[in-house]
Amino acid sequence: MFELFSYHFFTNAIFAAVLTSISCGIIGTYIVSKRLVFISGGITHTSFGGIGMGYFFGLNPLIGAAIFSILSALGIEFMSKKTEVREDSAIAIMWSFGMAVGIIFIFLTPGYAPNLITYLFGSILTVTKLDLMISFGVTMIVIIFFLMFYKTILFVSFDPDFAKARQINVDLMNYALITLVALTIVINIKVAGIILIISLLTIPQASANLFYKDFNKIILYSIIIGLTGSLMGLLLSYYINIPSGATIIFTLVLIFLILRLFRTIKIRYLSDLN
Amino acid sequence: MSDYKKIAGLNKVYAGYDGKIIINDVNLDIFENDFIGIIGPNGGGKTTLVKVILGLIKPYKGNIEYSLENSGVRLPIGYLPQINAIDKKFPISVNDVVLSGFLSTEKYIKKHTLDEKNKADEIMKEMGIVDLRKKSVGELSGGQLQRVFLARAIISSPKLLILDEPNTFVDNKFEGELYEKLSHLNKTMAILIVSHDIGMISTYIKTIACVNGEVHYHRSNIINEEQLQAYNCPIQLITHGDVPHTVLKTHNHHH
Repeated sequence: MFELFSYHFFTNAIFAAVLTSISCGIIGTYIVSKRLVFISGGITHTSFGGIGMGYFFGLNPLIGAAIFSILSALGIEFMSKKTEVREDSAIAIMWSFGMAVGIIFIFLTPGYAPNLITYLFGSILTVTKLDLMISFGVTMIVIIFFLMFYKTILFVSFDPDFAKARQINVDLMNYALITLVALTIVINIKVAGIILIISLLTIPQASANLFYKDFNKIILYSIIIGLTGSLMGLLLSYYINIPSGATIIFTLVLIFLILRLFRTIKIRYLSDLN
Repeated sequence: MSDYKKIAGLNKVYAGYDGKIIINDVNLDIFENDFIGIIGPNGGGKTTLVKVILGLIKPYKGNIEYSLENSGVRLPIGYLPQINAIDKKFPISVNDVVLSGFLSTEKYIKKHTLDEKNKADEIMKEMGIVDLRKKSVGELSGGQLQRVFLARAIISSPKLLILDEPNTFVDNKFEGELYEKLSHLNKTMAILIVSHDIGMISTYIKTIACVNGEVHYHRSNIINEEQLQAYNCPIQLITHGDVPHTVLKTHNHHH
């Protein structure tokens, strides 16, 4: 096993797994607590439009994805507040529009679109040094932002009206946070892929939430569970030679089911004692 | 009218949602010792009025003046929302909810001070919720949740306390305790309480605001059917005994 670590791609993958677990652990807890899972799915799929345009114009597809995801995130946040369009319909429109733009531009791009599958299904083993550096940067921003504003984030998310009555700029906070959601999605596209990314933002949180009901504890245990799942998934995918993104998600779901079973047994056992 | 200081005043306010006016031409002054009961039919604009005073929605027309503290900032307002407006599955502990009462624009970043934590402990003891401090909001009963929100609303010693239907989802015993507590708090802050019925609160409040599109201010805690009719404010009065056109029982020791 140790010879694995002499491969660059493998050490890169491990660093990527660590950064993914941290960024998704923090941002996912925010998403799950505030019930933004559908919005996050929308942002993720809209970013495919940017990937298609990146291919067409010969840019790094992730730059296109970043632009699309941030604009869609801010757009959804704005639309749900200021216009009369129903929020879930607005998300569905963006979701499918982004996918459509991506498909059209990839079709128009002459020749073959390399790594397209990577963006759709993820491939943690193809993460480059540049990807890691960007991922590190975004993860640090997320960590610092949450450390600085932790209680304001918590209180504004729990009861925005109360925060507004205290003259807190709730809209600005929400825009900042949804931008961080978009950036976190972009840096994790290569790891899990557009189709699977939402699970990295929700399964660790759902698992942690089985045992903990406190925002900061859910963050902490989501990171630990996410890291365990992605490292196990990574090794598993390497040894059986199956796609890493899907294997990681599979492992995370397995962990969730085991913890769920454990909790049921624990509750039964405790009630038998009484 | 009185020696008491005015803390907020609404002048010819029109407000509502999505371009639809719900309350119109509202004039209301709130003084520092007021204890106002806000009553009216559903959809009449009780919550809209509260949201305008809290600054959650901007009036379409008219304005609100708040008295200012020395440093030029608005006096703090304590707020107890309707508990069904809260996501009970949100992962937050009782302790954190109470501490969130210290939320203010100067404290975006600062951690809670020891003083604040001690104050939170003190107020949780006073409310009888100190044993619940580590529980999450989803594990509480309606009455417990109201206590937590009341603790949050008053922890920063506001000059104005606004309660939106605090008597829903609670038992009579808690309701009585709540009103006793409010009478006590009224010595240091003005109180506005929204209620769907005027049963038990009438003995505690000093004045009544009837809200049904318009706002009629009734400078007494006693109101009868005719007056409600005149204010165009169709709510049911709870009758006590067989007295026709029930006047609610009066209760003088606060005046």
